[in-house]
Amino acid sequence: MSFVKYSIGAVAAVAVSAGFASARDNVHAAGSSTVLPYATIVAEAFGENFDFPTPLIESGGSGAGRKKLCEGVGANTTDIANSSSRIKQSDIDNCAANGIDEIMEVRIGYDGIVFASRLETTGFEDLTPMHIYLAASDKSSATNWKDVDPNMPDREIMLFIPGTKHGTREVFEKKVMLAGCKAAGSYDLFFDQNGGDKKKAEKECYKVRTDGRSVDIDGDYTETLARLASNPNGIGVFGLSFLLNNTDTIYAAKINGVVASTETIASGVYPVSRPLYFYVKNAHLDVIPGLQEYIEFFVSDDIAGPDGPLAEYGLVSDPELAATQDMVANRVPIGPLD
Amino acid sequence: MSLKARQSKEKRFQFAGLAAISIGLLCLVMLFASVLSAGLPAFQQTFIKLTFNLPADKLDKSGNRNPQEMKKVSTIGYTKVITEQLKLNLTKAGLEFDQLSKKELKNMISKEAPAQVRYAVLEDPSLLDREFEMVLLANGRIDGYYKGRVTKKSAELDVMVSPKQLELADQMKRAGILETRFNGRFFYWPDASDLRPEAAGLGVALLGSFYMVLIVLVLAVPLAVCTAIFLEEFAPKNRFTDLIEINISNLAAVPSIVFGILGLSLFINFMDLPQSAPIVGGLCLTLMTLPTVIIAARASIKAVPPSIKAAALGLGASKVQAVFHHVLPSAAPGILTGTIIGLAQALGETAPLLLIGMVAFVREYPSLSPEGIFEPATALPVQLYNWTVRGDPAFVERASGAIIVLLVFMITMNLLAIVLRKRFERRW
Repeated sequence: MSFVKYSIGAVAAVAVSAGFASARDNVHAAGSSTVLPYATIVAEAFGENFDFPTPLIESGGSGAGRKKLCEGVGANTTDIANSSSRIKQSDIDNCAANGIDEIMEVRIGYDGIVFASRLETTGFEDLTPMHIYLAASDKSSATNWKDVDPNMPDREIMLFIPGTKHGTREVFEKKVMLAGCKAAGSYDLFFDQNGGDKKKAEKECYKVRTDGRSVDIDGDYTETLARLASNPNGIGVFGLSFLLNNTDTIYAAKINGVVASTETIASGVYPVSRPLYFYVKNAHLDVIPGLQEYIEFFVSDDIAGPDGPLAEYGLVSDPELAATQDMVANRVPIGPLD
Repeated sequence: MSLKARQSKEKRFQFAGLAAISIGLLCLVMLFASVLSAGLPAFQQTFIKLTFNLPADKLDKSGNRNPQEMKKVSTIGYTKVITEQLKLNLTKAGLEFDQLSKKELKNMISKEAPAQVRYAVLEDPSLLDREFEMVLLANGRIDGYYKGRVTKKSAELDVMVSPKQLELADQMKRAGILETRFNGRFFYWPDASDLRPEAAGLGVALLGSFYMVLIVLVLAVPLAVCTAIFLEEFAPKNRFTDLIEINISNLAAVPSIVFGILGLSLFINFMDLPQSAPIVGGLCLTLMTLPTVIIAARASIKAVPPSIKAAALGLGASKVQAVFHHVLPSAAPGILTGTIIGLAQALGETAPLLLIGMVAFVREYPSLSPEGIFEPATALPVQLYNWTVRGDPAFVERASGAIIVLLVFMITMNLLAIVLRKRFERRW
């Protein structure tokens, strides 16, 4: 019987202590899986060098993170949303509806996106957005890269691109598919076909073939890597930091003749890159201990600068970091989106 | 049917059964082989032993050995100091390192090392005044070299490591500065960021899983046993109890993610329990395990012959006495087995934890006191998943190591269930 007594006691203890368990002493962030490795690197260093506990970083996707941020104000809601795409007006409206008026937008740097294949798969050293567009578009019937460009190798077309739930897909569409569409002259055609509707013509350019030659990867880059291992002819889309960690198995194609590196991305010569952000709920700044210190530490030169650990992992340092540091110190909230 | 036809039919059936078992066994062997070959190296780690003569003027500028003031020197400051110390140690051992760049030298040692040294110095500032030895982690790629993951050939292509570094590592090994040995820290260190896979461990995850299993045990077992006894022994058989019975069976088949959704809306949003905490995870898993344990408990109560209860009642025992003194002890082995299998299921579950914020990077241990169940933690399967999505191939090894740990727990629990059943099972 004593076991029963103890368990009843334990249940009661749990029920009682549940009443005063809402205060929180660590920073909580959620969102993009692209920002996650950078956020964990900063969180780890923050926990080591400050008296505050190590922040907790949840993944789950940019959209989910922003939605979580906008759930409301209070210790049981997240402080920071990591995001690999810019916040949307709908998010800001959602936030406002839940009583969150001030959000701070912090740009931490840029992320390069590369087209990579396995080392033994030669011939994909040089690609252009037009190549990718002609191979991936739903209007394409090409099955071999030779059909796309006679100078390309005699290999079957097999593309592994980020699925629609990824922030990376948006960059792929805008910086690769659209650019290739324009270069191939298809854009003008769609523009005329749709009676001069820009949006419709762009949408037409984004459409990806569904006959199995272009595969949406909804998982992570590790899945894309595994797919390449079983499809040696494949080309996969990766983040620059993932590539840097795996240069002994895969290599990246030059895009328009430019090698992807932190330098070419920072200078803007490499065309496929995007800014990474995190969004902070200003109302939490003086409530959650360490929040202000964490975000200042995140954008400090030691961390986000060109020689910091984030750059070492593959983040392209933001040339305008000083402006971001000022903004964070003065807690300037985001203005209306343009 | 002729005798021959019947016999050959039996042979065919036996063959089919044998084939089915062989395929199953083959898959199991393949799974174990791949997991073991990938994961066993996780229990080994490469360490570098250095003698330190730390520059006190750099690490304690005011010179009063006050840890509060010494905190101003960050791990970035310590990184430079450690690289200098490595150079001194290499010179003393008579090793050449001129051909390595500063960055290559720095990257011989794990990025965890500055934090280790800084922590040790802040704990005991007197270390600045004397010589001391400290064992540091080697960089993940160097470690991979001794586990066959990195070769001199792959290092030529790898931007994270150079053949020169591997050459130096070999020399250090011969000089006795570097060695690969058992790594107990894998079990008690917390997770680490993508920059330092060599420092990542299962500590927080094991603690989180332990708390959750404890919560499931404390909550699910009494609830399930009471429900089972009531339904079997006391409840009238009518439409209403039939409905309950059907619902329990249905709940056992509900996908576990549903319990996560329930947990999010009920425990976090409505009851205001903290996110990412073992208490919420434990409650979700309790809901998930309850039907399994109830069904097992009912089955074993049902298996107790009615004559035992009838005899007790005949001797003047009350119904409660008959149940608690005779039926329940006889059914206990079966209930125990069901409980252990339910717990093993809860231990391996990830889906519900995804929604309540436990799939996260957590580096702070939850405290060992009862409050610990309200503090953020991860769980074993979650940690495993987190490692599989990371970029550095060293995390594949970590993830496979975690699989082995999880499998060992599972096998132990299931073995325990079998042993208990064999030991206490009574045939009537």
